[in-house]
Amino acid sequence: MFYRETGQFKTNYTDDRAIFPIAQDRYGMIVILAVAYLVVPFFVNDYWGNAILLPLLIYTLIALGLNVLVGYCGQISLGTGAFMAVGSYASFKLMTSFPGLDFAVVVVLSGFVTALVGSLFGLPSLRIKGFYLAVATLAAQFFIIWLFNKVSWFYNDSATGQINAPERTSLLFEVTGPNAPILYKYFFCLIFVTLAAWMTKNVVRGRIGRQWMAIRDMDIAAELIGVRPLTTKLTAFAVSSFLIGMGGALYFGVWLGAAEPTEAFGIDQSFLILFMVIVGGLGTIMGSFLGAAFLWLFPIAFKNFMVDTLGLSTAMSEHLQIILMGALIIFFLIVEPHGLARLWQIFKEKLRIWPFPH
Amino acid sequence: MKFAKTKLAVACLAASLMAPAAAMASELVLPSLDYRTGPYAPGGIPYANGYADYFALLNERDGGINGVKANVVPCETGYNTKKGVECYEKTKNIGSGALAYLPLSTGITYQLIPKVTADKIPLVTIGYGRTSARNGEVFEYVFNPPATYWDGATVAIKHVIDSEGGEANLKGKKISLVYHNSAYGKEPIRTLEKLAEQYGFELTLLPVDHPGQEQKATWLQIRRGQPDWVLMWGWGVMNQVAIKEASSIRFPMEKFIGVWWSGGENDVLPAGDAANGYKALNFVNVGSDFPLFADIKTHVYGKGKAVDPDFKDRIGETHYNRGIYAGVIVAEAIRKAMEIHDTKELTGEMVKEGFEALEISDARWAELGLPGFTGAVKLGCSDHRGPSKIAVQQWNASAKKWALISDFVEPMDDVTTPLIKEDSMAYAKENSFEPRKCM
Repeated sequence: MFYRETGQFKTNYTDDRAIFPIAQDRYGMIVILAVAYLVVPFFVNDYWGNAILLPLLIYTLIALGLNVLVGYCGQISLGTGAFMAVGSYASFKLMTSFPGLDFAVVVVLSGFVTALVGSLFGLPSLRIKGFYLAVATLAAQFFIIWLFNKVSWFYNDSATGQINAPERTSLLFEVTGPNAPILYKYFFCLIFVTLAAWMTKNVVRGRIGRQWMAIRDMDIAAELIGVRPLTTKLTAFAVSSFLIGMGGALYFGVWLGAAEPTEAFGIDQSFLILFMVIVGGLGTIMGSFLGAAFLWLFPIAFKNFMVDTLGLSTAMSEHLQIILMGALIIFFLIVEPHGLARLWQIFKEKLRIWPFPH
Repeated sequence: MKFAKTKLAVACLAASLMAPAAAMASELVLPSLDYRTGPYAPGGIPYANGYADYFALLNERDGGINGVKANVVPCETGYNTKKGVECYEKTKNIGSGALAYLPLSTGITYQLIPKVTADKIPLVTIGYGRTSARNGEVFEYVFNPPATYWDGATVAIKHVIDSEGGEANLKGKKISLVYHNSAYGKEPIRTLEKLAEQYGFELTLLPVDHPGQEQKATWLQIRRGQPDWVLMWGWGVMNQVAIKEASSIRFPMEKFIGVWWSGGENDVLPAGDAANGYKALNFVNVGSDFPLFADIKTHVYGKGKAVDPDFKDRIGETHYNRGIYAGVIVAEAIRKAMEIHDTKELTGEMVKEGFEALEISDARWAELGLPGFTGAVKLGCSDHRGPSKIAVQQWNASAKKWALISDFVEPMDDVTTPLIKEDSMAYAKENSFEPRKCM
């Protein structure tokens, strides 16, 4: 009734190829963006910003990166934590070596450094596939973390191997360090996430994205119709690592402010991001947002509900939360193996024919 | 009549304005970033109980500190820095604001140092955290009494010197450090390297990755390298695994020294008799034979006010005693802050001043019901650690008890002071700020 394309005629190719061909989607997106940019900033406080919104945005960016690789190109990776670490350490080295550099530039450069490293570790993907590739990226995970632990140049010889983000600005606004207002931090991350999502959406709709999906669906057939596996797989690794690296720089610089390699970028991180992508929905932009929201917000919501509202002890609520989270993940994947994004899509399809189902 | 009404209205208005202020004075908000789950829970639980029990005792027995009750707000971190940050943001604005943070994790400490400095809330790291935070000129809001890891490293080497019969005998000896591969475990390395240079022993570094259950390769290396002494910087499940592994390669337990966080009952009990003779450093006394503990049993456990009622029989465990120590330090600093500012409505900034004027003499420890529990504490504007006294304890497997086998000795400050200066100034430079000047 409300969500229907009746009367929306497309008379030229531009209209036909719009990101959101249906007007309701377009307006919906404008409303979401308006809320994110114009309404949320009025309500953001330290807790909401630092504990909920910043991690949500940053994890979304990283999940988006992994989704490009796993969801769109079908190359399984367990090295996300390591690529985040590359982004973080690159931003740390850039921040300390060039104190005057705008932090936005640092973030983008860190993305490029990570893209380079990611492509390097993507090289084995030409020969190996599936689980074997997962193991190869796992090696990247362990090797890179070991390297950052071992070589003191990466952490500027600090006594403990811990890195700290100094205070840096972007366009005269302070965005890193403890004194940076949460509003600036929020906007800074939000702009990066918006741009990244918009860019990725367009890339996956175009030639490169179609090549990725061809390789994902059947690599031999793709090769036969003229898709080059080398460039295709490497561009997937590069774009994916670029996004993950930018996410890593924001993760360390804007959100955490300090990090140690084993704990902040461990294998747990790789799994967490992979879960976000799988639960959210492989091969969808929406899925990255939903997956990050699900896996970051639910544990906190459970915790707050059980401790503050029900008055349970912290240990009990932590155990219950782990059980509930696991059960929910299994439930969602049984109900809809294609993730939360697919549920949303089905909902929209149902809405289109409502109130007259077939 | 009309006049009376106006007066009443004014009084009501005044009361409604005053009311929040009065409510603010009603409690001291003390978040406890603890962990009762995960691989580090064996150490986290007794410590968190000690801290919570001390304030429960003050509330029950004395009605709080100078009549103001303490509200210890637990928040589970699981030793995870991201959850630690979430807990910090969640608790810092409760009521009139949090007054002190004790994260019991070096990783979370590093995360919070810049944040507490901006928010002006003291960060109290008892026997852990960033060693160079001792320099109060750089780390204004961070306190680390009574001992740092660098102090621990020097006292461990002092013990080795005593056991070997003099400094000269250290030349050519092999000492291995088994450490948790994180900021925490890496802390003593710089000091040990310096000491190795000074005394001519050979130092081998053996990292163990989080969570620390996989140590076969490490102990194989120890078996092959045959070190004379093994030092350990471990935490949680890592400790019990290490002690079991050491016993399985028949490493002499009396030549195996853990830092204080590797010296809990949970760490040695699983290894059974094989753990007999294992040593660990400590900055508080062992056992439960202190008058304060009797009070805790009657007022806290007796009245059902304990967070963890099943813990009653474990009072006096080493990690519990460290939790009590942390509680005393914070409570005394709050008392001092109230005295300095002559108010019951404290802010983090005032508590910081309380810490900088903190002095707990031996007589005061006895007055608190803890005679001979630890050395005297005296902090200052530039010295955020104060005098340090560390002892060595040894495990008696048949009695299932720790016993101090040495006096409380002073660490080698001459070794660590230049290192602290260097490290803290590097921090100031990296973050481009000018250290404050202390009188």
